[in-house]
Amino acid sequence: MSTTRAQAGAAGPAGAAGPAGAAGPAGAARAVADAATSPPARSRTGLRTGAWAVGLGLVLVASVVVAVTIGPAGLSPADVWASVLAHLGIGEPTLTPLRDGIVWELRMPRVLTAAAVGAGLALCGAVMQALTRNPLADPYLLGLSSGASVGAVVVIVLGVGLLLPFAAFAGALVALAATLAIANAAGALTPTRTVLAGLAVSSVFGAITSLVIFWSATGDSYREILNWLLGSLAGTDWTSVALAGGAIVLIGVPLLASARTLDAFAFGDTAAAALGVHVGRSRVLLLVGTALLTGALVAVSGAIGFVGLILPHAVRLLVGSRHRALLPLSALAGAIFLIWADTIARTMFDPRELPVGIVTALVGGPVFAVLMLRNRRLA
Amino acid sequence: MSSARGVDALHADRVRFSRGRRLIIDDVDCTVPGGAVGALLGPNGAGKSTLLHLIAGVELADAGTARLGARDLAALRRRDRARVIALAEQEVQDVPGLRVAEVVALGRTPYLGAFAGPGELDRAVVRRCLEDADLVELADREYDTLSGGERQRVNLARALAQEPELLLLDEPTNHLDVRAQLAMLGLLRELAHGGLTVLAALHDLSLAAGYADQVIVLANGRVVASGEPRNVLTPGLIRDVWGVEAQVLEHPSTGRPLIAYSEASDPRTAGRAVDPARDGARDRTGDRVGHRVDEQA
Repeated sequence: MSTTRAQAGAAGPAGAAGPAGAAGPAGAARAVADAATSPPARSRTGLRTGAWAVGLGLVLVASVVVAVTIGPAGLSPADVWASVLAHLGIGEPTLTPLRDGIVWELRMPRVLTAAAVGAGLALCGAVMQALTRNPLADPYLLGLSSGASVGAVVVIVLGVGLLLPFAAFAGALVALAATLAIANAAGALTPTRTVLAGLAVSSVFGAITSLVIFWSATGDSYREILNWLLGSLAGTDWTSVALAGGAIVLIGVPLLASARTLDAFAFGDTAAAALGVHVGRSRVLLLVGTALLTGALVAVSGAIGFVGLILPHAVRLLVGSRHRALLPLSALAGAIFLIWADTIARTMFDPRELPVGIVTALVGGPVFAVLMLRNRRLA
Repeated sequence: MSSARGVDALHADRVRFSRGRRLIIDDVDCTVPGGAVGALLGPNGAGKSTLLHLIAGVELADAGTARLGARDLAALRRRDRARVIALAEQEVQDVPGLRVAEVVALGRTPYLGAFAGPGELDRAVVRRCLEDADLVELADREYDTLSGGERQRVNLARALAQEPELLLLDEPTNHLDVRAQLAMLGLLRELAHGGLTVLAALHDLSLAAGYADQVIVLANGRVVASGEPRNVLTPGLIRDVWGVEAQVLEHPSTGRPLIAYSEASDPRTAGRAVDPARDGARDRTGDRVGHRVDEQA
């Protein structure tokens, strides 16, 4: 193909004169705006992304180790390492069985579950924001989390806990379909309509969750309702780690591989199609993927808000919107964020526990407000 | 009529497309010779954007074929088609967080695998396209901070990064001042003569007459005239299709047609080929688009 260079402003040889009034005053105003170029944006090279990935990876490992030491029984990072190494069969057990149990049976699975849930929610949020071209899309706001909670609560009440992840997935999928159908029926799928439809759907599903728990109430049902509606990592064990971690590997990795497709959606469906993307199929597959992942996460943690919404925006400020950088870094940041949110939730009012969703909302709400003020286009 | 050797021509053959029960493209036949610039003209709602989308394979025609040389474009795999055809839309939407160079690099999408990053070749193509569209200075700017005219150039560069054989453009001169309009069309002609077939939907008839090798006039989804500008753009056609009285003069230096409008003709007889109810329904009008850009400024 040709590599001729544009001579800006050089009138073409034919010099078409025609009525040029079309440009008008607006065009002139724009020309002035063109002249006053803003300073070059900060450079966002692959190197920078790599540095962030390494940095966040190290912070994540440190967060896991440090968060495990925090709690009523005083432990040191060295104790944590000793326990982990012993269980991996590398070192000799040096801790007392009690202290080892606190590290390995109580705190480690909880911290790892928090990491997996945080990573998954942030990843889901980033994918949904790209697919729906909606900066407010996230599993919580669009009702997926509430739908998954209903599915989870129903199978628990019916006593078929084995079906928990599948029921949560089905609930998330139904909620997603309902949100998109309502928003679509009301007109074009605009961000505002989608969020409003999500609000309606999550209200209804949240109420159904409460109803089901009340209906089967045995005593401490308020606490249980709060845990499903606001999210809690209390009582998580290695099964939770396996479920949330397995979902991250099985669904999170394919989502990471879709970075190129998500990039192509930046300019809308037509542009994506013109770049060779199978628009309908990609959107359905990826949205079902996020519903699947949300279902697995909600099954272990309940509906935790703000992680999927905030962290992709925060990471975007650091490395821009290219999904090859945005997706993995959002996942890392989400993991770190939820580890610390949960650490606060379980220690702040010790021995009582806060639902972790209260902490994420307390931190996430103001952060979101700041992001919104910094970048008016966000909403 | 120019026709670069070895460059395939675009042929649309009895292309038909309905949305719901409304026929939008009605048995359209048209040809753009290889290496030529074709201008797609017609009032708002005539079906220009839709026809471009059908040729690009973004929407599927109900009947008919679009071919590039001997290749049936609908039969190509999506990815392969995106390496042959590029579509530059008229864009005003905000895309937070993307730099100009990153937007242009999106044009390499059909050449990249899921995990592999862009290679040396991809980076070289992006650099060259930034140069071609005179965007080197703006490469590090955020797309959202650009003016409407600058965005048009970025959209062109993104399309060129697909290294297409056929370049489709939807109103590429929208938001451009006179100088930038001439530069854009001059560039399109250079690209075409360098071995690219171009079809651009345009509104400015004199501009189209000044630069296009071939004009195709669409009204109500039908081709009402096509051929060399001087043969097609007559006062009668302009009255019938656009509903305005105009004289067609000869450009003093190029000899190409130059359209001098007098006034909109009597509304009762105006735009006989145009259904006013359709106006603005599909074609985003320049006014609305320009308004949004100004709001952001």
